[in-house]
Amino acid sequence: MADFGFNISKPQSIDTNDMDVNRLQALEEKVPSFRSCISCGTCTATCSARQFGSFNIRRIHNLYRWDQRKGLEKEMQKCMLCGKCTLVCPRGVNLRSLIIHIRKALADKK
Amino acid sequence: MFKPLEMKEKEKASRSDESPKPREIKRRLKAVKKIRRKKRLEPEEVELPLQVAIIGGGAAGMEAASVLAAHRCPVSLFEARSELAVNVKNKYKIFPDFSDAGQLVQTMVKALDHPLITVHKDTEIVEIIQEPDAYILLDNKGVSHTVPAVLLASGYEPFDAKRKEELGFGIYDGVINSLQLETMLKEHKVVNSLGEEPKRVVFLQCVGSRDEKVGNHYCSKICCVTAVKQAIEVKRQQPDTEVYVFYMDLRLWGQGYEELYRQSQEEYNVHFVRGRISEAASTFDGRIQVKAEDTLLGQPLKMTTDLLVLMIGMEASPGTRKLGKACGLEGPYGFVRSKSVHLEDNLSEQEGFFLAGSCKRPMHIAEAVNDGRSAALEIIKFLRR
Repeated sequence: MADFGFNISKPQSIDTNDMDVNRLQALEEKVPSFRSCISCGTCTATCSARQFGSFNIRRIHNLYRWDQRKGLEKEMQKCMLCGKCTLVCPRGVNLRSLIIHIRKALADKK
Repeated sequence: MFKPLEMKEKEKASRSDESPKPREIKRRLKAVKKIRRKKRLEPEEVELPLQVAIIGGGAAGMEAASVLAAHRCPVSLFEARSELAVNVKNKYKIFPDFSDAGQLVQTMVKALDHPLITVHKDTEIVEIIQEPDAYILLDNKGVSHTVPAVLLASGYEPFDAKRKEELGFGIYDGVINSLQLETMLKEHKVVNSLGEEPKRVVFLQCVGSRDEKVGNHYCSKICCVTAVKQAIEVKRQQPDTEVYVFYMDLRLWGQGYEELYRQSQEEYNVHFVRGRISEAASTFDGRIQVKAEDTLLGQPLKMTTDLLVLMIGMEASPGTRKLGKACGLEGPYGFVRSKSVHLEDNLSEQEGFFLAGSCKRPMHIAEAVNDGRSAALEIIKFLRR
């Protein structure tokens, strides 16, 4: 392709019309408490992995809600499953179970 | 300020007036006190020989009327429209317990069935004149009413979403306001622009509230919980519909509101997205595409929906604006100003002129009812002083 000296950027916005709502539904069925999340970020604040790196569990499950799975599989490996997030959640979200199920869902390439 | 009457007008006004002259008012109040003392009667045992005027037949005005009548104080209730409690009547179920709004109105109207209450529908008070010890009210029919005390309960009006042009209200059929959805819910017929059951419904909070662009900095405070309530109702009527609520903050301040929010998430799977929709546009197939930022992710997003519901806020009603200004009681955003929001919230700076309900600020129904009740007690205190 001819070099015009500039690139065309791809749209950066999330197009929610492309998302597969079934994936979120399947996750919510396995971890019903996930529905109660108010995105307060207490989980990220207490997270052991977050203290030493970029891992942000609140952001990850927010992305998962919009079916934005790109790069998440690698990111999820940073969690050590210590479970502190589950202990501090004010809404009783079982985050440890949520993480395990997100990992499983991401491994499923279908 | 109150307009002094020209002599000629005064004569004209008094001709059409069946109520007593201002100086007669003071005399009658004194006479009542005298009888009471002489016969050692409780205040409620003597009927006041004077009418109190209530401007506005909404939740606050109606409640005040029935309380005043119960305390043997005759009342004239003026309502500019042909129906009472229109703003309540426009609702289907009321948060947080899904009480029936129609039934509530019925109960309130029934309470007005009292020999001491005169209801004047289609009667707008166009002018208020202050006299020593009395107020003269002129109505749209040219009749004047001289009263010892006035209660202003002229209420609010819903925000006109057309003023937020970018949201497409009045332009696209798929964009409706929360009152229209209320009607759809009442009829059990929530439909998109094509008359079909919507696959997705999107709610947008703060339309006309917390928005400098329309001149309203304030929070209307009832829209958050109303959206949660309506989201649940949509899911109850159409369980397969996806529901999204776009919010800035969720202000679920009242008893039971937060629980309702949680219930909407857990039982009804309503999705909440933090971010304000910047614009809405129609798609080729008559759906609505909205743009917003998911501010929790810091990423913009696009969403197509069958129905966009705008949660409209509360503004001062035209009557509130007009009378508030005419009486020198104009407060912020066209609402009227009370003497003090803490202990003298039913009083105004004018003696004998009382305030109740959402003419002062956004209020929900129960608050307006309570405010009307407390205003009635202030009036009784004033007249039997």
